[in-house]
Amino acid sequence: MTRRLGQTPSQTVGPYFAYALTPESYGYRGIATNRLVRPETPGEHIVLEGRVLDGAGQPVEDALVEIWQADARGRYADAPDGGQADFLGFARCGTDGEGRFRFETVKPGPVPGPDGRPMAPHIAVCLTARGLLNHLFTRIYFDDEAEANAADPILQKVPEDRRHTLIARREARGEAVIYRFDIHLQGQAETVFFEV
Amino acid sequence: MRPNIRYAPVDRRSHPPMIHPPYRSTTHRGPTRPLVPIPQTLTELTGPIYGHDAIGELDHDLTRNAAKNGEPIGERILVAGRVLDEHGRPVPHTLIEIWQANAAGRYIHRRDQHHAPIDPNFHGAGRCLTDEDGWYRFITIRPGPYPWQNHANAWRPPHIHFSLFGPAFVTRLITQMYFPGDPLLDHDPIFQAVPAFARERLIARFDLDLTQPEFATGYRFDIILRGPAETPMEDGR
Ligand SMILES: [Fe+2]
Repeated sequence: MTRRLGQTPSQTVGPYFAYALTPESYGYRGIATNRLVRPETPGEHIVLEGRVLDGAGQPVEDALVEIWQADARGRYADAPDGGQADFLGFARCGTDGEGRFRFETVKPGPVPGPDGRPMAPHIAVCLTARGLLNHLFTRIYFDDEAEANAADPILQKVPEDRRHTLIARREARGEAVIYRFDIHLQGQAETVFFEV
Repeated sequence: MRPNIRYAPVDRRSHPPMIHPPYRSTTHRGPTRPLVPIPQTLTELTGPIYGHDAIGELDHDLTRNAAKNGEPIGERILVAGRVLDEHGRPVPHTLIEIWQANAAGRYIHRRDQHHAPIDPNFHGAGRCLTDEDGWYRFITIRPGPYPWQNHANAWRPPHIHFSLFGPAFVTRLITQMYFPGDPLLDHDPIFQAVPAFARERLIARFDLDLTQPEFATGYRFDIILRGPAETPMEDGR
């Protein structure tokens, strides 16, 4: 067995990433925005919004929320069949003074799980912020997929009393379909973060 | 994605803890519950791939990519290195984003209130792709130290922020590069949050071979991402 090189340690993203990672408000083009859809993108268009909150319930005003997802038919742009995917599937949003983030996307289709059977529709999240020395992985599931969620192999790894922290709630607001998902870094409702 | 690969675990011993009280904001932001282990699925084994169309011609050159009427003030440096996996194999064609303060220790960010001058010719952000052999290279200005509110007389050592994707969603890394011989490193709770044996991995080394005569001094900073697991992982390890 060869000697392994040591992983480069993680450090916080700090408070001042916006002009580099989400630079639109500085007049620069970034590699991703918070919008994955164009009007013609197939699938159910949804708005995913929520807040990032700290252990005192205070808004985290300098978090970076990144999402990675399949398109409406369950295709990742980077999967073997991904040449056909409707979009890249990666988006970024920096939180505002109230800790809010917002994405315009589609509800993803189911993708195959470890045993080849479909997982419940979900969006992967990478979260980082000032005060987080390591980025955090979690997933967003959808509350109108109760049956698929119950059979999902990843949710089954999560203690039952904490699964609710991974489930976005659907709200209709006028024409728009909103899914609400708050991220609690600590506290009673601390979001489940993954070692993966 | 790279087919049929599972990635070695995050080596938590090499990374800082979630909560490190000397870095105050970790105490109310770092999660307190253990991470829940899950298997790597298609979701985690794929990830965003950016190509050359995402990169502008001057994106790697911070001395020119925001210049308005001249060159930025400060010590011009080259920062270069390789992105490798834990087996020493290059990570090709992967996106690196960097950002930093200017030579006076001031960020262009609106919330930075440090009363040091903004440099009209320096924005402080750059990006590039690694080449076939995992090499990257930036031209920039050596950043200055800056004060922060963490504790009395707290100063961040000069550093450059790095963000990398690697080949999958799980190979993401966000880190900071520091400079050799910096006395502020001993007093910085963010750097010190890394276990002592792994801290040197965050310090670039001066490299005379990278240094270009009459132009800029060179610093070498290699970055090691999670690599393929030696044996395929069992689901639900
Ligand atoms: Fe910084």
